[in-house]
Amino acid sequence: MSDVASGTERYLADFRAFAHNGAAVAPAWLKEIRESAIARFAELGFPTTKQEEWRFTSVAAIAETRFTHPASPIPQLGPRAIEPFLIGGGPRVVIVDGHYAAELSTASSTPKGVRVSSLAAALRTDGDSALARGHLTRYARWQESPFAALNTAFLVDGAFVHVPADATLEQPLEILYLATGRERTVSHPRTLVVVERGARAAIVETFAGVAEGGPYWTNAVSEVVVGQGAHVELYRVQRQGPESFQIATTQSRQERDSFLGVHVLTLGAGLARHDINAVLDGAGAELILNGLYLLNGAQHADHHTVIDHAQPRCASHEFFNGVVGERAHGVFNGRIIVRPGAQRTDSKQTNNNLLLSTEARADSQPQLEIYADDVKCTHGSTVGPIDPMQLYYLRSRGLSPETARGILTYGFGAEILGRMRHPEVRAQMDRLVRERLGEGQA
Amino acid sequence: MTENVLLQVQDLHATVEGREVLRGVDLTVRAGEVHAIMGPNGSGKSTLAQVLAGHPAYTVTAGRVLYEGKDLFGMAPEQRAREGVFLAFQYPVAIRGITNAYFLRSAVNAIRKHRGQEELGPVEFMDALEAKLEVIGWDSSYLTRPVNDGFSGGEKKRNEILQLAVLDPKLAILDETDSGLDIDALKTVAQTVDKLRRPDNATILVTHYYRILTHIAPDVVHVLAGGRIVKSGGKELALELEEKGYDWLREEATVA
Repeated sequence: MSDVASGTERYLADFRAFAHNGAAVAPAWLKEIRESAIARFAELGFPTTKQEEWRFTSVAAIAETRFTHPASPIPQLGPRAIEPFLIGGGPRVVIVDGHYAAELSTASSTPKGVRVSSLAAALRTDGDSALARGHLTRYARWQESPFAALNTAFLVDGAFVHVPADATLEQPLEILYLATGRERTVSHPRTLVVVERGARAAIVETFAGVAEGGPYWTNAVSEVVVGQGAHVELYRVQRQGPESFQIATTQSRQERDSFLGVHVLTLGAGLARHDINAVLDGAGAELILNGLYLLNGAQHADHHTVIDHAQPRCASHEFFNGVVGERAHGVFNGRIIVRPGAQRTDSKQTNNNLLLSTEARADSQPQLEIYADDVKCTHGSTVGPIDPMQLYYLRSRGLSPETARGILTYGFGAEILGRMRHPEVRAQMDRLVRERLGEGQA
Repeated sequence: MTENVLLQVQDLHATVEGREVLRGVDLTVRAGEVHAIMGPNGSGKSTLAQVLAGHPAYTVTAGRVLYEGKDLFGMAPEQRAREGVFLAFQYPVAIRGITNAYFLRSAVNAIRKHRGQEELGPVEFMDALEAKLEVIGWDSSYLTRPVNDGFSGGEKKRNEILQLAVLDPKLAILDETDSGLDIDALKTVAQTVDKLRRPDNATILVTHYYRILTHIAPDVVHVLAGGRIVKSGGKELALELEEKGYDWLREEATVA
């Protein structure tokens, strides 16, 4: 415990240095929030497995590692360094070790009215700063989560996306978060996406690292606001190196009659925890949470989702599949809250886990909290090896056991991939899934 | 007379979960023939079908089966399929995430590869499939759906028949494919099976009901009861069963 406590101390010391540092230039309102957030982090400290929310996931390795907040400028990366992680030729924002990399980004080529920039730049621009102030830090629950608090305390940069009313972001916008892995760095990228009434956007967040080897830690928070009748598809790929750590929160708030699809592919990091908190805050809103985790080696990935039905007539459909091999450990916790008055809620949750070895492990926990009476809520989860009847069925059609296993395993992923609507994004995700599973057939 | 014998079942005994279900089945099927195997519930009909396909839950305890003169039980389920044995499942299995087209093409290519034929690419395969789809009255939307996932009972059965048509086996075993089908679906299934009849292949229809046999005239009808074939005859036997039920046979066959 003393190591964990001293871990907390290190971040308090780093914050004091950061708060007096020129890099921390920010509007007064944000400085105030940062101070509150670091105070909250000091109170909360790093979580332990004694806490219900962290029962299956120990972050002791993060607390004990001496990560540093890089003070030096970002190392120059050439375009070739980011190429393997890009999907299309659309606009992109590249964040390296938590800071906007202008030379790698193509944010200027966005359609008229749509703003895509670095968050730091947005905070320096009058109009954007006012907009950011109305949203930033208002959704992600830093008062409850020590990691969101830490991210908020060190909030400097990330991506800023504003799609005004009735505008359309034609091509998917790519936000690439790259870690250089130098000097055991920790970064706290912070992204704000505001899609206004009737607007449409697709965004791909990719988390990756350029260097193999040294441990690094990405502690990310993204806040996504979906206005009335707006339509947003948010894709997220986490393919960090196996020695790295990733803690992240995706926080969304939807207004009435809006649609949000959140598609998650988790492949990387030695230790990953992703909290998705979705609030359906307007009648008639629809949410799809569609996730896949493919784990091997000694990987540990924990997905915690909270879907908050705060208003009536909302629909949420959640599908998370996991394929867990070798000694890896997958955790899924899906909480659904139906607030009083959120009548005619339609909510469905499934989490299916395929275990590829006897040492692989998956824990699946649904949590329903229903405070309204006219609701339709279903949930189901499975954990187990390949179904022998499915295997037999395929073999009875002439497929070898190896091919049959490959097809059945890929099917776990393909089911999730099939819900991704942008063909170029889906194709990239499909390629990553096939690479990981070694299922090479077209 | 061993000429044209495709399948020879000799004194076959099999157990499931320690319970003996097949108690000495003898059956000879020649190329060009259609055999119907009828019998009351729990008589071992489905067990016989599954044992021939290689279901892992069944254990063969005695007897042997020769398929084209070779020991069937010496072959893994996929080898049997590649050699031309096909079982239309009574309860087809759903596979989420894998489209019917991908599944069918994988199966066809596994068999083509075994025969030394070139594997088919997606486009060639779709061309070849078009005509087969028409036969069972399906449009191509069934191909992009996951295998049997969310299919109705009738759709699952039709999907088995589509596989039968596409894989073109030498020995087709239909395990109660007619159960749970409405008249139109039954006709489609029966007509498809009838069209696939050739002098060099054979069909075993495991069924509960007479009605499918009005569309596919069997050469031989067997009654399976208590784990053995207690009576065999021509298609008139099926009609007799339809009228009299199975009780009279049970009495005839009572042997401890």
